[in-house]
Amino acid sequence: MHELAVTESILEIAVRHAQGKNVGRITDLYLVIGQWSSIVDDSVQFYWDIISDGTLAKGATLHFRRVPVVLTCQDCGNEYQPASEEFACPNCGGTHARVKTGEEFQLEAIDVED
Amino acid sequence: MSQRIPVVEKILSANDRLAAENQSSLDAANVFAINMMASPGAGKTSLIEQTLKGLEGRLRIAMINGDIATSFDADRAQAAGATAIQINTGGDCHLDAVMVQSALSQLDLGILDLLVIENVGNLVCPADFKLGTHKSVLVASIPEGDDKPYKYPGMYRGVNAVVINKIDLLPYVPFRMDFFKKGIEVLNPGVTQFELSCRSGEGLAGWLAWLEGQVKEFKGIHAK
Repeated sequence: MHELAVTESILEIAVRHAQGKNVGRITDLYLVIGQWSSIVDDSVQFYWDIISDGTLAKGATLHFRRVPVVLTCQDCGNEYQPASEEFACPNCGGTHARVKTGEEFQLEAIDVED
Repeated sequence: MSQRIPVVEKILSANDRLAAENQSSLDAANVFAINMMASPGAGKTSLIEQTLKGLEGRLRIAMINGDIATSFDADRAQAAGATAIQINTGGDCHLDAVMVQSALSQLDLGILDLLVIENVGNLVCPADFKLGTHKSVLVASIPEGDDKPYKYPGMYRGVNAVVINKIDLLPYVPFRMDFFKKGIEVLNPGVTQFELSCRSGEGLAGWLAWLEGQVKEFKGIHAK
């Protein structure tokens, strides 16, 4: 729902990292987005096409790598993907979990050409 | 020639930086701030009204209210005796650190102990945008249903306290408190919880005591 603000940030970060490096244009952006991050790929793509126009990143391809949620049970050490309405450990029933992956929300790399 | 440039930067890092600036301003003025989040209708404004009433004469409180449109909520807070700054987000689904920075500049922080920021009613977006507050509080309510922690894990994970409002409706609404709490327990182990009703007043004392304690503890640490 806040994909415009998010897309603006993505553009700002990408352009900042390309500046001063003699970059002709940014061709690809690699985004890592955890399952528990509330971002809709299609909406980001929609805004991207509009706001990247006229910038170094015009027409660049967005690559989304979605990371599933994996919890680590603090009681028995089991790693598991929680079900939709059951977050407890399927092995021991424990409710002390740590989020191992699934909350990522970052720009990992960009591809550029002269 | 094509090459890859590693970035590895959080997408909302710019907002995070500004939030840190906001927090520095609040720290310098010795003002404790909370970010209050909830779905529309959970009772954020009612809880704020009760809080203003309950802590009147004990703490100097102001509020910043974020809404997509209208100033009804800020009006209610002002009627309850607080300085209230209204931010109309113009359609944005959340407050961000920029909006809060601008609102802070309109407040005289030197005469405050506590700043309550009422976020836009929404269980998705506000979780991602830090504002620079010291603590965040989620107001849940019985009629919303007991499955909310499972549907909005991001929101339930990031908060320091969960207030479960409208417990006076428990006899009339199917709500499995144990199921609800089990979801919270995995997402946010040991998070402070309050069960209360702004309407009947039941349970409010615990919330007020906690909040006042948080402010006092903060002021003790940051005292000049």
